Amino acid sequence: MLGYTEKMRDIAGRLLKECTVDMVIGFRKGTMPMMNEPCFVTKPEDVQWLVWDSNCGINLANYLTNRKEKIAVFAKGCDSRNIVTHIIENKIKRDQVTIIGVPCTGMIDKRKITGLVTGEILEVSETENTIKVKTADAETLLDKNEVLQQNCALCVHRNPVIFDEMVAEPVEEQTDIDRNADIRKIEEMDSEEKWQFFEDLLRPCIRCYACRNACPLCYCPTCFVDEAKPQWVGKGQDPVDVRTFHFLRAYHCAGRCTDCGACERACPVGINMRLLTRKLEKDCQDQFGWEAGLSLDQPPALVAYQANDPDAFIK
Amino acid sequence: MEYMGIERDRLHMSWVSSAEATKFIDVVTRVTEAVRALGPNQHYVKQKAKVA
Repeated sequence: MLGYTEKMRDIAGRLLKECTVDMVIGFRKGTMPMMNEPCFVTKPEDVQWLVWDSNCGINLANYLTNRKEKIAVFAKGCDSRNIVTHIIENKIKRDQVTIIGVPCTGMIDKRKITGLVTGEILEVSETENTIKVKTADAETLLDKNEVLQQNCALCVHRNPVIFDEMVAEPVEEQTDIDRNADIRKIEEMDSEEKWQFFEDLLRPCIRCYACRNACPLCYCPTCFVDEAKPQWVGKGQDPVDVRTFHFLRAYHCAGRCTDCGACERACPVGINMRLLTRKLEKDCQDQFGWEAGLSLDQPPALVAYQANDPDAFIK
Repeated sequence: MEYMGIERDRLHMSWVSSAEATKFIDVVTRVTEAVRALGPNQHYVKQKAKVA
């Protein structure tokens, strides 16, 4: 993915100069290592802000919701699937977005890397397969595949599914990936173990809603947790309320989640709430043969009725 | 629901028409028996707020 940056600046500059779009959404360097931030470029001379490396994990589809202007957006595999979902759900029009496809080899997990080195990280640089982490005392060379975000390690759609132009040639897709090993492990537990497992998983949650805010699917004008009349769920730290929030949020993403990992990445306490969304993704796959965001023409699993929809749960 | 630790027998789903009184009785009997066998669900009982 090295060398994308220059190409991206060229494309963005051209689109803005030709007035094909009013705004380009990409990434720029953050103020801290491994923290690239979304960047909205409206003037051709500002394209030098744009960068691309292995820290662009935020899902840019999140910034397209209900926009009215013409927008060009850089889209990884997962972002492109969320853009498809956005178009299907009428959150943006297809002719409004210029999708610039970015073949992706995975984003790195800053939490994992912070855990592997001692001391404050001052600088992180990368080559195609390695990540070099510089702290005050030492330089550590890491294998990129070892420090990928889990959702990237499990990714089977690295190339954009929809695009107007591409930044580079498609990368090789990962095959022979068992996406659901950890989900099956939870399914095999008995009720009490499951309950305890999620109790432990969600205990650190501080209800900051960063997961919801980072999620491109969570675009409701008022989220159910913010409603006061009626108040659907308690707003405190009570485990019952925390659990209700996480489970309901996951359900709202059922059949729509592309496992982009934005929620987990945004979480300040490192909760893997993807264990919930991925279970629903697995169920959709098993029961309806549905994967979200792959095509503009297919009606989503939970929207379309089919005579052979599974109904064994109705007794 | 089962995935998050609610027992399988606690949640039932059925389709009963307004004309199917006997089926309705069947379902209600079956549900109450199954849930009674499991006992009360303690998981969703909120503990009183811990105040120091």
